[in-house]
Amino acid sequence: MTTTTSPADTINAAWEGFTSGPWQDEINVRDFIQKNYTPYEGDDSFLCGPTERTTAMWGKIADMFPEERAKGVYDVDAKTPALITAHDAGYIDQANEVIVGLQTDAPLKRAIMPFGGWRTVENSLKTYGYEVDPMLKKVFTDYRKTHNAGVFDAYTPNVRAARSSHIITGLPDAYGRGRIIGDYRRVALYGVDQLIAAKKLDLLDLTSQPFSEEIAREREEHSEQIRSLGELKEMAAKYGFDISGPATNFREAVQWLYFGYLAAVKEQNGAAMSLGRVSTFLDVYSERDIAAGHITEEQAQEIMDDFVIKLRIVRFLRTPEYDALFSGDPTWVTESIAGMGEDGRTLVTKNSFRMLATLYNLGPAPEPNMTVIWSQDMPQGFKNFCAKVSIDTSAVQYESDNDIRTHWGDDAAIACCVSPMAVGKQMQYFGARANLAKTLLYAINGGIDEISGKQVSPAFPPVEPGKALDYDDIRARFDKTMDWLAETYVEALNVIHYMHDKYAYERIEMALHDKNVLRTMACGIAGLSVTVDSLSAIKYAKVMPIFDERGVVVDYEVEGEYPCYGNDDDAVDHIAVELVESFMAKIRSHKMYRNALPTQSVLTITSNVVYGKHTGNTPDGRRLGEPFSPGANPMNARDTHGMLASALSVAKLPYESAQDGISLTNTVVPAGLGRDREEQVINLAGLLDATVGTDGFHMNVNVLVKETLEDAMEHPENYPQLTIRVSGYAVNFVRLTREQQFDVLSRTFHGQV
Amino acid sequence: MHNMTATGAPQLGEGSAGRGVFTSVAAPAEASKSVFLGIPHLSGTDDVFGEAVELDLAIPTAPKRRTGAGLAGINVSDGLERSDKLALMRSGELGSVHSWELVTAVDGPGSRLTIFLQGCPLRCLYCHNPDTLVMKDGEPVSVDELLGRIKRYVPVFRATKGGITLSGGEALQQPAFVARILRGAKELGVHTTIDTSGFLGRALTDEMLADLDLVLLDVKAGDEETYKRVTGRPLQPTLDFGRRLAESGLPGGVTDGREQGPVEVWLRYVLVPGLTDDFECVEKVADYIAELNEIRPGTVSRVEVLPFHQMGRDKWVKMGMKYLLNDTDPSSAELTERVRTQFRTRNLLTY
Repeated sequence: MTTTTSPADTINAAWEGFTSGPWQDEINVRDFIQKNYTPYEGDDSFLCGPTERTTAMWGKIADMFPEERAKGVYDVDAKTPALITAHDAGYIDQANEVIVGLQTDAPLKRAIMPFGGWRTVENSLKTYGYEVDPMLKKVFTDYRKTHNAGVFDAYTPNVRAARSSHIITGLPDAYGRGRIIGDYRRVALYGVDQLIAAKKLDLLDLTSQPFSEEIAREREEHSEQIRSLGELKEMAAKYGFDISGPATNFREAVQWLYFGYLAAVKEQNGAAMSLGRVSTFLDVYSERDIAAGHITEEQAQEIMDDFVIKLRIVRFLRTPEYDALFSGDPTWVTESIAGMGEDGRTLVTKNSFRMLATLYNLGPAPEPNMTVIWSQDMPQGFKNFCAKVSIDTSAVQYESDNDIRTHWGDDAAIACCVSPMAVGKQMQYFGARANLAKTLLYAINGGIDEISGKQVSPAFPPVEPGKALDYDDIRARFDKTMDWLAETYVEALNVIHYMHDKYAYERIEMALHDKNVLRTMACGIAGLSVTVDSLSAIKYAKVMPIFDERGVVVDYEVEGEYPCYGNDDDAVDHIAVELVESFMAKIRSHKMYRNALPTQSVLTITSNVVYGKHTGNTPDGRRLGEPFSPGANPMNARDTHGMLASALSVAKLPYESAQDGISLTNTVVPAGLGRDREEQVINLAGLLDATVGTDGFHMNVNVLVKETLEDAMEHPENYPQLTIRVSGYAVNFVRLTREQQFDVLSRTFHGQV
Repeated sequence: MHNMTATGAPQLGEGSAGRGVFTSVAAPAEASKSVFLGIPHLSGTDDVFGEAVELDLAIPTAPKRRTGAGLAGINVSDGLERSDKLALMRSGELGSVHSWELVTAVDGPGSRLTIFLQGCPLRCLYCHNPDTLVMKDGEPVSVDELLGRIKRYVPVFRATKGGITLSGGEALQQPAFVARILRGAKELGVHTTIDTSGFLGRALTDEMLADLDLVLLDVKAGDEETYKRVTGRPLQPTLDFGRRLAESGLPGGVTDGREQGPVEVWLRYVLVPGLTDDFECVEKVADYIAELNEIRPGTVSRVEVLPFHQMGRDKWVKMGMKYLLNDTDPSSAELTERVRTQFRTRNLLTY
């Protein structure tokens, strides 16, 4: 005899003990969190260390890293184009796993994801010595068009020229754009069937509207979303789980949520595959289970530890060119932690602590990209714990709760490094960045590239020989060249995202979004500090152009002193503010694909090295090929008035004109924070309070001594887990290219004698 | 007297592309009439510890530029007549400043705006900032300008429980200027610190003391002979100054009964192998601290032993000055520990 339970009963049982609210009648995770979470005001003393099982599990996977590092990849499934259900279930150690699920059928085995572009797949396979299946090649070149092919069908000559001269670089035209965060929490809270039902209603609404290209696209996308949700259930079933209904306990909630995320990383090789803001959501479940005596604190931590092990081994197959831009194999599994709620209660929960504690239980690691949404109003116990973790691991970044909450609400998360978005309600069209320093050189040379000698931007007379550069003249030329840059850049992004939506649509991630999504067109700038210091030199000192035999200005002679960006000196910092504002205004004047809201970031990731490589001598004395400073950072060694003064210069950049984030990376030696550990913790927490309190948006904090990095370059085998933060993410230091390692070493170490 | 703190403070420009290079000029004769080895003479009687301490003020004539490399964001009062400058310096409305920096955990609690004033009466062999020795090498900065900068950082001081530290050079060589800065800072509710050798302690008036929260007292050596060898000056004024600080917090004293408590002292000791590492010399400093804490318990709340290093050497070379410690090794970990233990055995919080 069998008994049947209605879906409604299953749902009610899963939600037993939760405070009811609108979240039960609509997809509304934020409402669920607000009605049910328990703020935690205490310190870290409740935390548990790793269980033996956890240590053994991490040991098992960590033992595979040396081989992966040596070969570049551990293994690749070169024959199976990735889909949510393409691979069989895979395990690290099936009998002992608490949270299950791998991207392919074995740990660290990478999948091929050809929808972004076949060439990327083929180059990657060749690089790592894997055979290219001729049939697959035929499918993805002759039968099935890719995103990459679509983009190049529609690029303009102008865009191609800008792209090949590297004034616009890193565009996601040959790889997945990423930076879309599915609201993976929905899978746990509602179960997949309720999500499908809601999406079907949305589709019904769309089918009731008459045809237009836009409506047809929306209908097609919604159908794809619904299909992907079905595949998500199927994928979970391979692991023995039925996730059609809501999760009933903490472990299930973590597992359901992870399945949602796993489906996304099985199918999309996005530049950043961020997780969202899950810790406090999950805390509702751990609190319920612990209160009921179903699990202990140790078990709760063990579940989080196992979850994080899975997040740490997300892998994508990428080309060496990609790694040169974004070094160290980053995946940006960014998790946004803590912050404050709109009602004034802190969003810090015990599970915020547990998430960070994985950095102790498993040792430091770059992923998941731990991001604390920092507010001065958070409980001191949590602030001190964050500072402690930073000092011990250098694996945490901080972003301003105030900026994020007032613009995007208290349920927003960071995608990638510094890009905030309301979870499940907003996505971005990632736009890499334009090189402002090179644009300044074009302005000086009348649109001629200083390296190739080719005319790239519209021609006008170059500056005159034998005459010092005149600030007003250069500023006017620069303004004109920026007009061209903005137009060309937006054109490129519109084409890219049109094609990405068409050929490599992120169906499962978008299935975990609302029907009406706010899209941002996330532009970006690189080389801000170089440009600002160059303009400062022109304004306050005397800069003579030096021409070569082609008649191109290739160098500068600077006479006199001028203030440098990064010393809290308004005389120069205002130039930075003005540049950010004026480029944003230029971007805004153009029409955006799908009516996206234009934004920009001041972020380079590790591409500051590559941008520098392709930019000639600049009037600030930087030499051809020398790296830019990362993100919005001042140039190395020019910020001579201390770490905080440097941060205060950066904090002047108006968030209103850089809503996709402003990145600052700082390295400080432990002694620069205090005489002893207690003092260091309090002082670092104070520095973070001071930074966000003076409108700073972001701070990557490394607490390191130079000697450690130097030793790690010589003996990488001794530092498998040495983690350092670069612009907006963390990497294993030993996985950076040597060039990038030197770049990191050359950066200012604050507080070092 | 800023010597060897963890940040190292004023930097001769080593910025990339040679930006922000601080070019120091040799002292022209007209700079100050009573100069001995570049040391400003304390006028009055030969007894520099007499009742009235008057200091000759040299007019800062540092390289002309819109803003100094070390003074980013602070406007320099150039364009004044020489006589006006001198009058303003006498009244303390104008100071000779080397640079500023925002530091954490080195010049007092929290994050601090450390202002390096130009000019020092001592000539310590190991001076870490020889570029701050001569007052006329500084840049003229008005009280209002500097207080403007302090005001700007009030939120930072609040968030980090920090404040300002007047260092140098020797802050007390410009007492009138320092007095105005301390007063202005207190009016803004900012925690105040001076970093001093104490040699010019008599220049610190009771009014100034009342506006002072913390003194970083650099005691260069425990005995007269070593002190003289290190600094070229006598030890006694420093000892007297410390006692006065201790006494100021006793009932009826200048810093007694304040909301923030009596003035606090962090004692600093620069440990130079072969120069200040003698066991007995250190014992005398420790005895002295014990004495201060006997006068008023808790006067000296922390001891910082600063191991000598050679980071300052390049500056001596750049300044064309003779550096006598070329062959001195940095203090070893063992030696540093030995000296710290000497202080710790007397129950002093020692770093």
